[in-house]
Amino acid sequence: MLEIIIQNIINALQWGSFYALIALGYTMVYGVLTLINFAHGDVFMVGAYISFFTATLLLSFLGVPGWVALALTIPITMMLTAMVGVSLERIAYRPLRRKGAHRLYVVITALMCGLILEHANLAILGASRKAFPELITTHVYNIGGITFTNLKLAVIVTAILAFFILQWIVTKTKVGMAMRAISYDKFAVPLMGIPIDSIIVVTFALGSAFAGLAGILFAMSYPILEPYMGALIGWKAFIAAVVGGIGDIRGAFLGGFILGAVEILVVAVFPSTYRDLIAFTVLLIILSIKPTGLFGIAKTTKI
Amino acid sequence: MLLSVENLIVKYGNIQALHGISFHVNEGEIVTLIGANGAGKTTSLYSVTRLPPPEAPKVVSGDIKIHGQSILETPASALVSDLKCALVPEGRHIFGNLTVMENLILATYSRDKSIDFNPEMERVFTLFPRLKERKNQRSESLSGGEQQMLAVGRALMTGCTFLLLDEPSMGLAPVLKYEVFRTLKRLNEEGLTILLIEQNANLALQLAHRGYVLDTGNIVAEGTSSELLGNPEVKKAYLGG
Repeated sequence: MLEIIIQNIINALQWGSFYALIALGYTMVYGVLTLINFAHGDVFMVGAYISFFTATLLLSFLGVPGWVALALTIPITMMLTAMVGVSLERIAYRPLRRKGAHRLYVVITALMCGLILEHANLAILGASRKAFPELITTHVYNIGGITFTNLKLAVIVTAILAFFILQWIVTKTKVGMAMRAISYDKFAVPLMGIPIDSIIVVTFALGSAFAGLAGILFAMSYPILEPYMGALIGWKAFIAAVVGGIGDIRGAFLGGFILGAVEILVVAVFPSTYRDLIAFTVLLIILSIKPTGLFGIAKTTKI
Repeated sequence: MLLSVENLIVKYGNIQALHGISFHVNEGEIVTLIGANGAGKTTSLYSVTRLPPPEAPKVVSGDIKIHGQSILETPASALVSDLKCALVPEGRHIFGNLTVMENLILATYSRDKSIDFNPEMERVFTLFPRLKERKNQRSESLSGGEQQMLAVGRALMTGCTFLLLDEPSMGLAPVLKYEVFRTLKRLNEEGLTILLIEQNANLALQLAHRGYVLDTGNIVAEGTSSELLGNPEVKKAYLGG
């Protein structure tokens, strides 16, 4: 019995790690711009594809060993995905902001951008799925009836590490202070000599880089890529961020793991087709009890 | 001349807020703009500080110059980081979710990283000892007076040489008002140039060297503080008899 519980906890942590990493991006952008960047799930998808191309190029064409390819794929993917996120902001959101457009139109634009990313992928790469190459040999460990792989552990450790890095940036650096300051009072930020746009760029870069990281880890764990892979997981990560209290990175992280845990739990007890139905229902109940999310306090500190 | 505003016409949407006003501030001066609510004082200030839309008023014609250079195309943040002009806005606008210390550190954002900010921090704490006592508190927990001190302290940490203040005495108890004004006087004596917007004309003219009286978007009187204090018209309209 105990090993079943521990087994499920490990599974939940691994599954929740993907949600948590993606939810961080939703919550940071919301904190700074009060914009729900619905294209973020598709930025994750783009990240997975970037890692696919990078890894394939390194392995098949340059013939570097798997671990070197992995060590290079991670920073390259994070960097390129960050650039995708920043370009999205520059091309799609900033012009609207300049014109003083209502938030609603920016959210609609974000939805459109997500669809464009999906269908551009479909148009350019076709409908066939891509198989992600194996970068490191997966070892299966079995300790006292609990099985886990090195990859699973790496996913969990990476997500937790990412959280602490981000938490450090937000609480200890000037950029992080500026991000929190914007979420509290956008008006006064330029008065500190801080160009708001530069902080927005950093926010998109960070959030997208972590979505890219989630993309690599996901592609390594479930090595089949398709253009719509970011849609559902993106929605779920967004809901995770809301459940945690959108605007708060601790909340995004916690929300991601809660969602992961609920889904794993459901599958452990019910047929797997019930998974999303029950998971969303549980989240709906949490929100109806605490609409601002677990870490959210109605209209105060965000991020 | 540090700041010169020349024939400035400003609109908010379709409403003309300033009808071609001119004023200037010399280096080392304290200059005040006084006038009733809605006279255009804050508009004049926001025109200078180039705040982004929708707050920024639209300059229709005229010019605003700092050290002889037009700043009409200068973004608000560059005004602080490059031209060393800082604004203490009405309502203080401190970052309530940051600690007192973080508010002060954030104000150094655009400055040279190699500068040691500790002496300046100490100077702010000498001016406002209350801030030192509360440096690790979230600033939304401060009282109104303390928040005003933080707003001024924060502006000083930007390394400004020219400080613009919008209604710094608003909502403060009389004792605190005098404390803030005494501090401004001391800062001026240490070399800071100040442009002060104030409803309390008496208080403002006691502090300032010169003043301008605004009425419905026009400058209706100007002169040294003692001239304005002695002007019967000004006395009647703005100084309570």
